[in-house]
Order: sequence, then structure tokens, then C-alpha cells
Amino acid sequence: MSEIISKPRLSLNAPFFMKAALVSFRKLDPRVQIRNPVMFVVYVGAILTTMLYFRSLASGAGAVSSSSFILATSIWLWLTVLFANFAEAVGEGQNRAQVESLRKARQDTPAKKLAEARYGASYEVVSSQNLKRNDLILVETGDWIPGDGEVVEGLASIDESAITGESAPVIRGVGSDFDSVTGGTRVLSDWLIVKISAEPGEAFLDRMIKMVEGATRQKTPNEIALTILLAVMTIIFLLVCATLLPFSIFGVHLMHEGHPASVTILIALLVCLIPTTIGALLSAIGIAGMGRMLRANVLATSGRAVEAAGDVDVLLLDKTGTITLGNRQAAAFYPAPDVSERDFADLAQLSSIADQTPEGRSVVVLAKQYGIRERDLTSLNARFIPFSASTRMSGVDLGDRQIRKGAADAIRLHVESQSGSFPDAVQSVVDSVARRGSTPLVVSDRAQVVGVIELKDIVKGGIKERFIQLRRMGIQTIMVTGDNRLTAAAIAAEAGVDDFLAEATPEKKLELIRGIQASGKLVAMTGDGTNDAPALAQADVAVAMNSGTQVAKEAANLVDLDSNPTKLIEVVETGKQLLMTRGALTTFSIANDVAKYFAILPAAFASIYPQLNALNIMDLSSPAHAVLSAVIFNALIIVALIPLALKGTKYRPIGAEKVLRRFLWIYGAGGVILPFVGIKLIDLLLVSGHWL
Amino acid sequence: MSANSLIQLAVLIGAVLLLSWPVGLYLARVFMDKTEQPPSGGRIIRALRVIENSIYRMAGVDPLQEMDWVSYAVALLVFNLLGAILLYAILRLQYWLPLNPQHFPAVPSVMSFNTAVSFMTNTNWQSYSGETTLGIFSQMFGLTVQNFLSAATGLCIAIVLIRAFARESQKYLGNFWVDLTRATLYVLLPFSLVVAVFLISQGVIQNFQGTKRVDLLHPVAFTVNHHRIQLTHQVLPMGPVASQEAIKELGNNGGGYFNMNSAHPFENPNPLSNFLEMICMFLFPGAICIAFGEMVGDRRQGWAILTAMTILFVVFASGGLMAEHGSNPGLHGLPVATRASPLQSGGNMEGKETRFGITDSVLFNATATATSTGAINSTSDSYLPLGGLVPLWLMELGEVSYGGIGSGFYGMMLFVLVAVFVAGLMVGRTPEYLGKKIETFDMKMVALGILVTPAIILIGTAVAVLIPHATSVLGNPGPHGFTEILYAFSSVANNNGSAMGGLTVTSIFYQMVTGIVMLMGRFWFALPVMALSGSLVMKKKIPPSLGTLPTHTPLFITLLIGTVLLVGALNFLPALSLGPLIEHFLLIHSH
Repeated sequence: MSEIISKPRLSLNAPFFMKAALVSFRKLDPRVQIRNPVMFVVYVGAILTTMLYFRSLASGAGAVSSSSFILATSIWLWLTVLFANFAEAVGEGQNRAQVESLRKARQDTPAKKLAEARYGASYEVVSSQNLKRNDLILVETGDWIPGDGEVVEGLASIDESAITGESAPVIRGVGSDFDSVTGGTRVLSDWLIVKISAEPGEAFLDRMIKMVEGATRQKTPNEIALTILLAVMTIIFLLVCATLLPFSIFGVHLMHEGHPASVTILIALLVCLIPTTIGALLSAIGIAGMGRMLRANVLATSGRAVEAAGDVDVLLLDKTGTITLGNRQAAAFYPAPDVSERDFADLAQLSSIADQTPEGRSVVVLAKQYGIRERDLTSLNARFIPFSASTRMSGVDLGDRQIRKGAADAIRLHVESQSGSFPDAVQSVVDSVARRGSTPLVVSDRAQVVGVIELKDIVKGGIKERFIQLRRMGIQTIMVTGDNRLTAAAIAAEAGVDDFLAEATPEKKLELIRGIQASGKLVAMTGDGTNDAPALAQADVAVAMNSGTQVAKEAANLVDLDSNPTKLIEVVETGKQLLMTRGALTTFSIANDVAKYFAILPAAFASIYPQLNALNIMDLSSPAHAVLSAVIFNALIIVALIPLALKGTKYRPIGAEKVLRRFLWIYGAGGVILPFVGIKLIDLLLVSGHWL
Repeated sequence: MSANSLIQLAVLIGAVLLLSWPVGLYLARVFMDKTEQPPSGGRIIRALRVIENSIYRMAGVDPLQEMDWVSYAVALLVFNLLGAILLYAILRLQYWLPLNPQHFPAVPSVMSFNTAVSFMTNTNWQSYSGETTLGIFSQMFGLTVQNFLSAATGLCIAIVLIRAFARESQKYLGNFWVDLTRATLYVLLPFSLVVAVFLISQGVIQNFQGTKRVDLLHPVAFTVNHHRIQLTHQVLPMGPVASQEAIKELGNNGGGYFNMNSAHPFENPNPLSNFLEMICMFLFPGAICIAFGEMVGDRRQGWAILTAMTILFVVFASGGLMAEHGSNPGLHGLPVATRASPLQSGGNMEGKETRFGITDSVLFNATATATSTGAINSTSDSYLPLGGLVPLWLMELGEVSYGGIGSGFYGMMLFVLVAVFVAGLMVGRTPEYLGKKIETFDMKMVALGILVTPAIILIGTAVAVLIPHATSVLGNPGPHGFTEILYAFSSVANNNGSAMGGLTVTSIFYQMVTGIVMLMGRFWFALPVMALSGSLVMKKKIPPSLGTLPTHTPLFITLLIGTVLLVGALNFLPALSLGPLIEHFLLIHSH
């Protein structure tokens, strides 16, 4: 499945926005609108003011309730609804574009569709996307299997490493227990006739893509809780505005002058007060969150998973591949007492010269630092002795000279069998290397022990800083490794993780996760093998590597297409960003209301209580302008904040208190001040343009 | 604001904070987690212990049997309902009951309903006049009993919410009968006894006479319709006032024995009794915060909430003091001393007792409205517009700047959860408070609680201003009439009971509507709080990490105050602008 890992590219151009604009009109469907209580109120307000406009055409009234004012208000209310729709449409459009490119990449697998189930029958090459259930296809040596299916004829060896991570080929054939094949695997030899068992679009990846597309997007728990809060605020403001009508009627009765607040103004006030900014952008934020994951090449099975990622307290990270580079490397040579360093480096290199394992190559590389050049095996007339489980050594034979490299006890046996001895000095080096958490490899020449090679795990560059960052976010990191405690402790210390689990087995992992969860914490982990599945299913946030097994992917709630375990950190950041953006915009939205009161209240009751103009601290030019300016500001701020909603607020790991202080200044204090300036500016524009 | 005002405010707050500490720790011990471990202590406590156990034996209550939130709420509701029925019966039957020396007739049915609901809900809105309506039996065994029980009920709900945070992964919140008994026996009764004795020492009366005939020091003569009338004596209403006065303030009830409430010299004779009564009003609402910190095992949390409450109060009380010490523009140019001098108080003395003056009147009024007590020693109706805005807005904030006994705390906790929710989002975590995650159901309950008070204030006021009868009983023309109606609904909806005056509330419309509003204000608020407790107590506590938002820092306190103010301002600014604010602007304009 490696072909899908091309980064989806995003094109935000005029046609894209045109399409989003079109979609915003389509979203005016009341069935769509009712899903968002806040915007539904604006929607109803827009309909009401439109009706008021037509009624006012029939009967002209005073300045504030003049037709053109009602029309202008009504238009801006419609625009407010459309802007909200637009934000959502842009978010969805972005995701769709990305998914489209993912899917295109997938479609490229050609399939040989057979007319009948017989090897040698004629076939036509079709795209894997067009395969239907029960179609018969032929796969031959070197072909990618285009979809999940069942073998009906043939026997072949198949490379399933992309799915299982297991590099040894497996045999698939008719009639055996192993007659099912998975899309994305490759035939290494022979051929198979496969009956496709899944409709296109039902395969694992397709299902995930569908969820990302938003077709099955469900509100996350946190989003629901926020929606409730916003809905209640909307109800309260509805009451605040609705009761102003009787209050102002009563005011007229008390003062014997003026007329009650107009319904248009009350609707305008209502729309300005209810949290439209966050209401309009709420779903766009959620959609964009999944989109950001997608751009990081992570597929989320639900928005819930992304959100939970923000809450993670503990990260379980596999040592190999995540914290350290895949393999151990030679780090130092320790020659035996009567051997010179250079001689030892020479022997060490000889012992590894034919060893193609990464460890072996690293010995050769280290020897180069001692001026030992690479030598050719054949010109030396050497015979390579590969590693075997019985001797637990590898090396070369130069004539009758045996050079061996292996674990200390294996070499001890080897030299002692040749009546040599294992010097105590070497043994103490071996012990000290082991204590450091490194692996000692002992080299012998004939019956003589010549020295020790230290093999070390190499911690990835920058990973330590990452962990410091995580700690500042309040996230604890636990390294999981199959190594013994000593080795694990040394690497844990070097990488700067908070804790480690040594000699890990799937059961131990599961137990660890359960223990952490019992103390109320959320756990995130990455995994790829089938034996990781129970732990993945138990973890709150589970990232499966795309290279991993199907079982692992089913158990996880996020799949990383790049199979890069450090991605987990980005996932956590995205989850946090998602919540922070919501919080920031909610605060901003509510803080905005203060200025709107100062704009609209004096205007609404100008005819009863002209003295209330004392509250008009922005010195807006007229009641009609004041109301319109507030409504226009309210609509434009939505558009202005779409980029923030889609990109998310900037995340900095600086601790909760500091983040909160920052945000309260920017979105709280800023949210109070900005509308005063904005509304005044719009008022000035309205006056200079003589628009009303 | 004069130096005198500043010093009095500082001494009051200092005394409150100082007393909250030991009393809060005592409350925590009384309600500590283990039902089987009651407060241990000296001889008095041991004696109370015997009484407590015999109450359980007589009532057939197993004190170890804990309740989940539903059983707790049912027990609480049934108990309150029975209390209201009992009070209603006493008021209706008082003519035939003993201790009625003036032979007052039965209280009319609608007024009885209103009064029964009012005292059961800890509102103590009074549509009757005590000295001309109620006999001693009605006052003592009807009203005063409910004063104790409604206060204990409020305390129980607060304790339930505290336990919800203190406990984890279980559904039991305590036993209502045990909490109720302890609240009354260990808390309200002993404190009331001490306060009552002190009040008697200051001159508050405590007797079982109906009235007392007193000769005037200087006979007064005047002419009415050509008849010359000579007055030589007056008849003073008497009664067991001190015992009711103590729980009136300590239980944040506020229903006076006499119509004049704490302005009456027999209820509140001098500045010292005035000061003590103010402290009493603050005592338990402040102490419960400390008890909260103690019971959840993090004292800082309790102090944070108490600090937020205190700052809010100081800001509002200072505003009120400044407004009333300022001069009435209507008096400018007239030969009236508007500035303070050794012989003149200056400021706005209208409707205030000379023995208290401006500072003691405004502080008492602010205290009574802030703590949901509703007692009064001056006439709010005569305050300047901005001076009157203070008590009105203090109530409209939802009675959380201290607030009523228990109710102030759980009201404030709803605001805490709103603040935590928004702040939690901003720091990028699912919101949590004291390790408990605030999820959808919790937010629903918080929203329900926060919704109710503004909703019924606004709807009630809107209905009242549209009904011709309701507006015909206004005492004042112009926007002040609107302020009076808004004040009445703000008071009953928040179970405060403070009356502005100027509005005649004896009509069937007001008695029925305010009765219903008081019920909604109390239980529509309390039930979501209990459901919330039921949800919270089942949650696990998440240990705090660096990513957890600390909720005891100055930043969080600021955020909490901001939330209370913003919600209060956004909900009521339009209504206030048509009431006290426009009154103020009109007053400035016309002079």
C-alpha cells in the first residue's frame, strides 16, 4: 500500500472558493440549519426581517423602521448565515480535496479481470476501483493484489510485509486455511486467481476515508457540551431580547412618549448577542481538525479520537524506531590488555567484513575511524561464517585462522574449547559495557580473546527536546522495549523519558495501560503488530502504523499512513489545538457582546429615552447606523476568523496557566475592545458612503 | 466614600474572613465523609450526640444508610413539601392555635400560600405585615421553624455537591436525614442561641406579650376635621424577636418579625447589633467555602472561591457607598447640606435610619442582598438610582457573591464550572475541575441551573408589565416603576426576599406569581445541582499534571469574577438600562 503515501496537495484557488460559495447556498436548507442551534436562530431572524421588509413596503413608518433599514439588516443577517455556511464548506472542501488525492493514488492499482476462473483465460486490465464483489482476477509474479478476496485457484508466495510487518513471504493457496488475500500485498512468485470479496469503497482504507470526508461526521462529546452551553446562552439572549418588547411598551406607557423598540432592532440585537462567531465556526473547527490530521497523513476514525488526543496524559512509545534509530551501532572498541587498539580495530573489522546486518556494517564504519580500510572478502580468500543459533557467533575463516565475534559466553566457550582462556580484564569490560545498557560483543582470534565491541542504541536526534516539550504540556512519556531492565534504563536516561517498561510483552503492555487508566489518566500508544491489538484497543488514543496488520488497524482509532511513530506527538498537539481554538473563539464571541450593547441599546430606545444616548460611548452617527454597524461587524468577524478556525490557534507548550493568561488577553480583553473599534469604523464608512 | 465607610467595610470583611476559617473547619468536621464518625469533642457535643441518636431512633432512620442523588433529592423535596404544608396549616389555623394574644384571624389562603412557599424556599419574601397579621405561635412554630429547616436544606445541597467532588467512583452522596439533623443540631441551633443572647443584650426584645402600652414622653396634639386629638400613649407590638432575629440572619432568611425588618429598633437597636447581624449573614456562606476546601482536601480551592466572592462584594458595596454618599442632583441649588460635615451626614439620607446613617445602611443593604438574606434596615426605594442599582444587580448576579447559606456556594460552583469549561478548552484539555472531567451531562445541568434565574426574572417582569392591574399598584411614576417590578422579580427568583418597597404586592396576582417564581428559583436550581452531584460523584479523579489548569490562582479567581460579571451584565444590562440606568440619566438631565 505504499503507493498511497504521496502527500495530498491542496489547491485553494478561485474555483475552489466558488464551489464553497455555491455549497453555502445549498446549506440554507432548514434541515441543515437546525443542526446548529445558534445559527438556526440567525436563520429564523433573517427570514423574519425579510418578511418585515415586505410588510414595511406596504406601510412606511419612521426613520429607524424605514424599509431600507430593514432591508439592509435583513441582507446582513442572510450574509451572516451564509458566512457560517461558507466556513463549513471551505473546511469540508479542503478535506474532500485531500481525500480525493488519497483516493486517486489508490485507484492506480491495475487489476487483471478474468472472464472465467481458469489460468490462461483472457483478461482485461481494469482499475481496482472498478472491481465488484465476486469479480475474478488474476495476479502473477510481481503484481499487487488489487483488493481483498479469496483464492479460487493456484498457489503463490506472497509478500504481506506491508500489512503484517513480517518480511518472510507467506504461502496462499486454494483449499488451505490460508486462502484469503488482502489488497495491497504483492505476489512474489507463481500466480493466483482471486475472487474479490469486498465491494469497492468497503475496504478498510475506504471506510476511513469516508469518515474523514465528513459524510458520517458526528459531533464529539466536547463539541456537544459546548453546543449545549451555546444553546443555553442563545435561549437566555432570546429571552433578554424578547422581553425588551414588553419592557419598552411599558416604557412608552410610563413616559407617555416614543414608541416601543422595533422588532427589526430586537432581532438585530439578538443576532449580535448570541454567540454567532463560535456558533458559525464550530463545525468548521472540527472538520479542520480532521483535515489537519489528514495533512499529517494520519487518518482518524472519528473526531472523538482527535479530541481525546488532546487530553492524553501518558504516551507509550516503542523504543525501536521511535526513540532510537532502528538498530544498534558499534560505538567503541575495547582491546584486550596485550592487544593494540589498531590491531583490535583491524580484527573487529575482519570479523564483520562479511556481516551484512546493520550491526555488522556499523563495526566496519567504526573501524574506518581507526584508519582500517575496507577489504575484499574474496581477495583475502576468506570464508564467511554466518551467525547460527547453535554457536551464537559469526565471523570469518582465513585459512585455519578463525576470527569470531559473539556474545561473551559464546566466545568463552569457543576459546576454552581451543584451550584458550577468557581474561578477567575482558570480562570486567564486558560487565561494565552491559551495565551501561549497551551490548558487548567479544572478538576472538584463534584461541585468543582480542577485545570487546560496544554496540549501542542510538537515540534519535531531537527526541530529547520533544520529550521536554511534552513534559511541559503535562504529558508523561513511557518507553516500551523488549530489552532487559539495565539496557532499558540506560536508554531511558539518555532519551529523557519519564519511565520505561522493560522486557515488555503484549500482556505486560496491556496491564500497564490498564494500571495507568485506573488512576484516571488517558493513555496514547502506537503499535503495528497483531499482538499490539489488545493494547491498542485498550488505549484511549491508539495510532496504528499503516505498515501494521489489519487487526492492529481495526483496533486503533488513528492510522498513520507514513508509519512514523513520532507522529503521535503531532496528533496530541492537533487535539489540543482543536479544543483551544474552540475555547478562544467562545471567549471572543461572548466578550464581543459588551460593545454591541453599547451600540444597540441607546438606538433601540432612542424614541422613549433619548437620554440613554449617554451609553452611546462610541458616538455612532444615528440609531439606524448603530444597529447596522453592529450587525455588519458581527457578520464580517465570522469571515475574518475563518482562517483561524481552519488553521487553529497557535500551540505552544508553555503550561496551562500561561496559555490561559495569553488567551484571556488576546481573545478576552481583545474581544471586548476590538468590536468598539470595528463598529465605530463601520459607522464612519456608512456615514461617508451615505449608504442609508 | 468616606474614611469611615472604608474602615467599616474593611473591618466587616476582615471579621468575616477571620471567622470563616474556624467555622468552616467546624462545618467540615460536622459533615465529614464518614457518617459513623460524628464530630467528637467536648461535653456539649457529646450531649448533642445523644440527642442526635435519639432523633434517628425515633424517626427510624439508619444513619449509615447512604443515598444516591435521586433518593436524596426525593427525601429533600418531600421534606420541604411537608414543611410548606405544615406552615400553610399553621397560618390558616392560627385563630384557633395558642399564643395568639391579639387574636389575629386566619391568614388569607393566597397569602398563606405565598408565605409558606416563601419561608420554605429560604426566600422570606413578605407580603404580610408581621405585627398586624401573625400571632406568636405562627411566628415561632411556623416561620422560625422553616427559617431553620430551609437554611439546613440549603446547607445539605451544598454538602452534597462538595461530597461529589470529594468522593470518587461511587454513587452515594450521604444521608439527607443525617445531614439535615446535623445542620440543625450542630450548626444552626448553637450559633443561633449565642447570637440571640447577644442581641438581647443589645436590646432586642424576647417575650410572649402581644402588645405593650407605653406612655409617650411628650403627649402629641393635632387637629383632624376640626377635632382636636391628644395622644398620650402608643401601643408597641411585642414578641419573641431575638430568637427569630438570630436565625433570620444566620440562615440568610431575612424575614423580619416586624414589617420594618431590621430598621425596627426592637430587631436591630444599634450600630453594634447592626454590625453583628451583617457578620451573621456572611458567616455560613463564607464558611462553607472553607469547608469545601477542607473536605476536598485542597484548602486553596476553598480560599479561591471565597476570595472571588469577597472581591465581588467589595466592588459592589463600594459602588453603593459612593453612590449614596454622593449628592442628589435634585437638591442642588436648594439650601440643603449635601456634603458631610460634623453636624450633617451629607449624601442621600432619605429612607435611612439616623441611628445607622448612610454607611451602615448601605453596607447592611448590600450584605443582605449579596447574601440572599433580604433583611433591610433602610428603604431601597429611596436610594439614588445608582445606589439602588447595587442591591438589584447583586441579586441578579445570581446570589453568588457569598449568596445564601449553601445556595450561594452551589450557585457559585455553577459559575466555576462555566469558567472551567471555557478556560479548559483554552488550555487544550477536556475541562476538569478538582480532577473531575466536566462532560456533556454536567454541562447540561450547569446550563439548566444558570438558565433558570434570568429566565424567570425576565419573563416574570415582562408578564407583570403587560398586565394592567400589576402596573396599577406602582408607587412611583416613570422608569422607577419599572425598577420596582424588576427588583421584586429579581428578589423572589433568587430566593432573596429583599423588597424595594413602593410596589404593593398583596394582590392575588403578585402573591401567586411570586410564589411560583420562588418555587422555581429554589428547586429548578437545586435539582440540576443535585443531578450534577450525582454525575460528578461517579467520576474518577484525574491526578493533576502540568497541563491541568490550576483553579486556585489569582488568574482563575479573576476569570471566575469575570464570568460572573459578564453573565450578570449580559443578561440584565438591557433591563437595567430601562430601570436604574435611565433613572440616573434622567435625574442628571433634569437638573
